[in-house]
Amino acid sequence: MDLDRKTLIEMYRRMVRIREFELAAMDLFKRGQVKGAVHPYIGQEASGVGVCMALRKDDLIAGTHRSHGHNIAKGAASDKMMAEILGKETGYCKGRGGSMHIAAFDTGSLGALAVVGSGIPLAVGAALAFKMRGEDRVAVPFTGEGGVNTGNWHESINMASIWDLPVIFVLENNRYAVSTDIHDSANVDDLSIRAQGYGIPGVRVDGFNVLEVYQAAQEAVNRARRGEGPTLLVTEAYRFEGHYAGEPEVYRERSEVDEYRKNDPIPRFREYLIQEEIASQGERLGDELDTVDREIKQEVEEAVRFAKESPEPDPSTAMDYIYA
Amino acid sequence: MADKDAVSLGATAPTMSPDLIVQVEPGEAATEMSYQEAIREALREELLRDERVFLIGEDIGKHGGAFGVTRTLYDQFGPERIRNTPISENTIVGAATGAALVGMRPVAELMFVDFSGLAMDQIANQAAKLRLMTGGQAEVSWVVRMPQGGGAGKSTAAQHSQSLEVWYAHIPGLKVVLPSTPYDAKGLLKAAIRDDNPVIFLEHKYLYAFRGLVPDEEYVIPLGEADVKRKGSDVTVVASGYMVWHAMLAAEQVANEGIDVEVVDVRTVSPLDRETIGNSVKKTGRAVMVAEACRSYGPTGEWAISAMESAFDYLRGPIVRVTGRDTPVPFADSIEAGVWPDTADVADAIRNVMAW
Repeated sequence: MDLDRKTLIEMYRRMVRIREFELAAMDLFKRGQVKGAVHPYIGQEASGVGVCMALRKDDLIAGTHRSHGHNIAKGAASDKMMAEILGKETGYCKGRGGSMHIAAFDTGSLGALAVVGSGIPLAVGAALAFKMRGEDRVAVPFTGEGGVNTGNWHESINMASIWDLPVIFVLENNRYAVSTDIHDSANVDDLSIRAQGYGIPGVRVDGFNVLEVYQAAQEAVNRARRGEGPTLLVTEAYRFEGHYAGEPEVYRERSEVDEYRKNDPIPRFREYLIQEEIASQGERLGDELDTVDREIKQEVEEAVRFAKESPEPDPSTAMDYIYA
Repeated sequence: MADKDAVSLGATAPTMSPDLIVQVEPGEAATEMSYQEAIREALREELLRDERVFLIGEDIGKHGGAFGVTRTLYDQFGPERIRNTPISENTIVGAATGAALVGMRPVAELMFVDFSGLAMDQIANQAAKLRLMTGGQAEVSWVVRMPQGGGAGKSTAAQHSQSLEVWYAHIPGLKVVLPSTPYDAKGLLKAAIRDDNPVIFLEHKYLYAFRGLVPDEEYVIPLGEADVKRKGSDVTVVASGYMVWHAMLAAEQVANEGIDVEVVDVRTVSPLDRETIGNSVKKTGRAVMVAEACRSYGPTGEWAISAMESAFDYLRGPIVRVTGRDTPVPFADSIEAGVWPDTADVADAIRNVMAW
């Protein structure tokens, strides 16, 4: 893998940014300062960051109800993200979308669609446009394993396959669709084999390992840019928190969560960066990462302050943005 | 050619005379063509005018679509721009949305409006809401064309005959068009393709064979404007789609009885031109609302309340509705015919309101 030091540190930075952002969002939610729902991406950081770091800015992602992480992985700013979650005019969607619809178009998004599976066809259409116009951009719809039994998923993979469209279908298998265990929703352990039915490559990687995700995503992206069509990329992940912040999690044992947490992708990547002497500047190994941690903590605190101090949308604008 | 093209799925009933609705000025260069041809010409002109426009749908390629609307376009524009798809309604519409989000202007065809339930999530939850949900970042500039309606001996039964404009008119963020004539179909479709919003374009299946004069010069009919198809002073008949023709015939019939009928063609179901409807009812003081769609929660209820809201003080009596009946459409001729209103029903309603 030809990753320079700067890129590796940036990967780490984005993973930490997602984690800190989500912790802050959950905290605000529990205090009643965030309305609606928050679906934390905690535990899946390596998946989103590994994929999005393999993309260019002009490549587009299609998100879900759980897309804080996808947006941040693609380069979205904490302050506008936090403002959106708090329903403020300064948010990415001017407070009209909220947590489930955060979409930073300026860093390459097609939107975040909170009906499971519904964002996937949008990526197919964007990729079709890229191909028709001779552009070498790619489109990446994210879904959890819950989305892969929807008609959208099957229709979309099929369509992208028959037209050789530049789509990387990312399937983040976090094992639970709300409360439903993967074994109760699919009769195969390895979901990547579903790709065979559509005549495209299916790749399965460790979703806790950002570099493994990155490498697989990069290969899929290269393939797509060469005009060779879509890839199904399964990242085996786990969601450390409930389906939404405050969800009772009656469907799984605490011990199971604890077991997965031992493999937390962020400390794991941090250890790698130190062991490989990548983050070695300063007086001791890892100094640089401590700085990143500190900076991100401060950045997220400032994002919360910015969001809290930002104005809510003016009631007189309630009917704005319905029609172009 | 037109007649052969337009006949499909057992259409047997005769068309009505193009003389009933003439929309070109005397001396204006114009060509008589069918509603189906007018839609095709609108598509052809927009495909030629704007390279961002492309068509996507089932059997729209060499086959030319279930009703032959896209016939010849595949030969002219090729498989990239006349994009034939698998049977995947939700992803046809979703892909149109995705392409629109990156600047294309797709025109999707769903074979029958009855099949659009399969695409309802993409239409109603995604395309219609993306602009608001993203605070104006998204622009979904697509058209979804869908044939709808039944009657006149088509006998296509319960899953190929519905009139479902209110499914879509109820969803803010969408525009809904339902043209009644070749002239309107062409001008409105061109406007729909150029509109920066998702537009549901409903084509009445029985009207495909109807003929009328269409100007040779390019024209575009703005969305959101109703059209007074016949001027009159005694009673306003508000109608859309195929029902406009029954309204025109009924108006001729009662004219012999001394009743002067004004016919307002809604044309764009949403946004509704409340002003034109209101002004007409203020003038006549009487109103009959006519639609093929089912009666309960149907379009006529909205038109009637809109007329009442703007013209209550002018009304000389209650507003009367003439509508399809609240039933799935049955197959057999003998009972199918009773489901939809016809000219006699409209004429009776006009006489009824004149009695107040």
